[in-house]
Amino acid sequence: MNGTKRAIPQPLPKLSTGIEGFDDLSRGGLPRNRTSLIVGGPGAGKTVFALQSLVNGIRRRQEAGIFVAFEEAPRQVIANGATFDWGLAALAKSKLFLLDACLSPTAIQSGEFDLVGMLAMLKAKKQEIGAEWIAFDGIDVLLTLLHDPVAEMREIYRLRDWLADNALTAIVTAKLDNGHSGAPHYGFMQFMADCVIRLERRLEHGVSTHRLGIAKYRGSDFAAGEFPVSFGPSGIEVGAAEPAEIRHEASIERLSSGFERLDAMLGGGLFRGSSTLITGVPGTSKTTLAGKFAEAACRRGERTLFVSFDEGAEPIARNLSSVGIQLKPHVKSGLLRMYSARTETISAEDHLLKIRALIREHRPRCMVIDPLTAIAKAGGLVAARAVANRLIYMIKDERVTVVITALNEGDDPQAESTDLQISSIADTWIHLSYLVRSGERNRALTIVKSRGTWHSNQVRELVLSATGPKLTDVYTAGGEVLMGTLRWEKEAEESARETRRYAEFDHKRRELQSAEAHTGAQIKALQLDLQRQQAELAMYSNDNEVRNTTTSDREEKLRKMRSADPAARAPGAAAAHARRRIAPDPEKKGGNGATQ
Amino acid sequence: MRLYIAGSAPNSIQAIANLEAICREHLKGIHKLEIVDILEQPQRAMADGVLVTPSLTKVSPLPAANVVGNLNDKNKVLLALGIKGKVA
Repeated sequence: MNGTKRAIPQPLPKLSTGIEGFDDLSRGGLPRNRTSLIVGGPGAGKTVFALQSLVNGIRRRQEAGIFVAFEEAPRQVIANGATFDWGLAALAKSKLFLLDACLSPTAIQSGEFDLVGMLAMLKAKKQEIGAEWIAFDGIDVLLTLLHDPVAEMREIYRLRDWLADNALTAIVTAKLDNGHSGAPHYGFMQFMADCVIRLERRLEHGVSTHRLGIAKYRGSDFAAGEFPVSFGPSGIEVGAAEPAEIRHEASIERLSSGFERLDAMLGGGLFRGSSTLITGVPGTSKTTLAGKFAEAACRRGERTLFVSFDEGAEPIARNLSSVGIQLKPHVKSGLLRMYSARTETISAEDHLLKIRALIREHRPRCMVIDPLTAIAKAGGLVAARAVANRLIYMIKDERVTVVITALNEGDDPQAESTDLQISSIADTWIHLSYLVRSGERNRALTIVKSRGTWHSNQVRELVLSATGPKLTDVYTAGGEVLMGTLRWEKEAEESARETRRYAEFDHKRRELQSAEAHTGAQIKALQLDLQRQQAELAMYSNDNEVRNTTTSDREEKLRKMRSADPAARAPGAAAAHARRRIAPDPEKKGGNGATQ
Repeated sequence: MRLYIAGSAPNSIQAIANLEAICREHLKGIHKLEIVDILEQPQRAMADGVLVTPSLTKVSPLPAANVVGNLNDKNKVLLALGIKGKVA
């Protein structure tokens, strides 16, 4: 195989098939103006592949096509194609020409025939409608009528030359059972084609799965290996491996998880476009948490998709309403789309396609998958793992914020990683568990990881009530986490202690207030006392002065009345008078009086 | 009868020869044969629902019949044309 060959200098011109995934595998589609061979057993999807490529060519690029039906009448082809959203009946009237190449059952064969006439007709038709594509569906049916390997080979040669001359991009399909064909033309047909695609249908664990692989591609690189195929509303989709490079935008916008407490624990909420994984054993309220997220999204007016497995939308809505989460009004308003699926009968691949179709149809900004682990029920774990990974990447590609629940059978968060192995892809991982203590089962929530954001390392108790679920603190006592009634007891105890402490404090405060008031009163009394004393003192000194003044005046009058010598007496009297004024001391007053 | 051929492809030439021999032998003077070359009239052949060449169509008398191939198997051709019974 030329899987490593790369036509870098001059890339091979290719025509896109428009088949989801296939154009990636084949690095652009089928080789232009060359022949591609599709081989596979009955019901592997050969006809759909060929027809879908033609339909896409017309719808996307206005490339007309001719479909030569050897196996089924065009009427049947159109009827079968009507199960897809191609508008095949309308196309068959314009750009798509279906040639009925089923040999009439009443026709009698006598001797050899060839394709010269048919090719001449097709050439005329090609010129008429300007066809770019041609598909020969089930060419083996016609060739085996030749009953002659040499003749078959000759006609294949003829076909190859004709295709090469007419510059048509051809798809030839041929039946092949389990990689082994009894028809001798098979080997040569492989040689004639530039690109060989194998389609296969097989049963895995009772579920029908389809696979596609590119066996060869001349002059081009391609993805080797087998890839899952599923049938969606637009036809075949190939589950191509994701591009190795992950290109997701990293938003810093935060969304509420529906719980204020949880948002706080996550450092402000979930990042827009991130994926959150909620794990837990049955009954740990994973759905409740997811439902709360969905309700919060709807309340913000964001389109939301709720995918549930193995539980109907109605029961889920009813159950959630019992804990105060109302989804039904949002379903009615069209904001919320609820989809429930059974998991036993459909392969994981088909779920992926269905979810993708729903995302494209509803265009949600937020979505819930509950529980994702259910897809592993049918079709084997390996396939489910691949699907789970692709699903998460696909959702991220669509920039949808998703909450995924996953069931783990044990109560160990590590156990989850052995199941679908999605915990490494999820941005945030919340684990719910039961704590059984003192005859009670209580729900505990922890954040195992949350990329790119601070998050709390604390365990919280999830309490459900009719008014809605809420998160509460847990008590740790003696190295053990307390929840439920133990937590309640502890809370009550704490509350009583708090009340007592408050009462004590209040008492002390009042006591201090009283003491303060008392001291204040004392200060006031003392101040009054002081004022009284000061007033008394002032009054006393004033009285003394008045008396002194009066005494000296009287002496003066007395002296005048006695006609004493004023010159001899005056200086002494004046000095004594001055001395008395400066120091009105009661003791000196007596002294003064003695000198007189 | 109408015989669709494709130019000078070996099978077509063989078919013309075989058919002419049958006509000479069994349908002398009572048949009308038209030979349509698909290379010249592809649209017509398509309209008539012809697929491979050579191909012989009995238009009348009814029932209509189709024979594909170079008509090497004479008995089969006679059977298809509804001649064999009469002759034998």
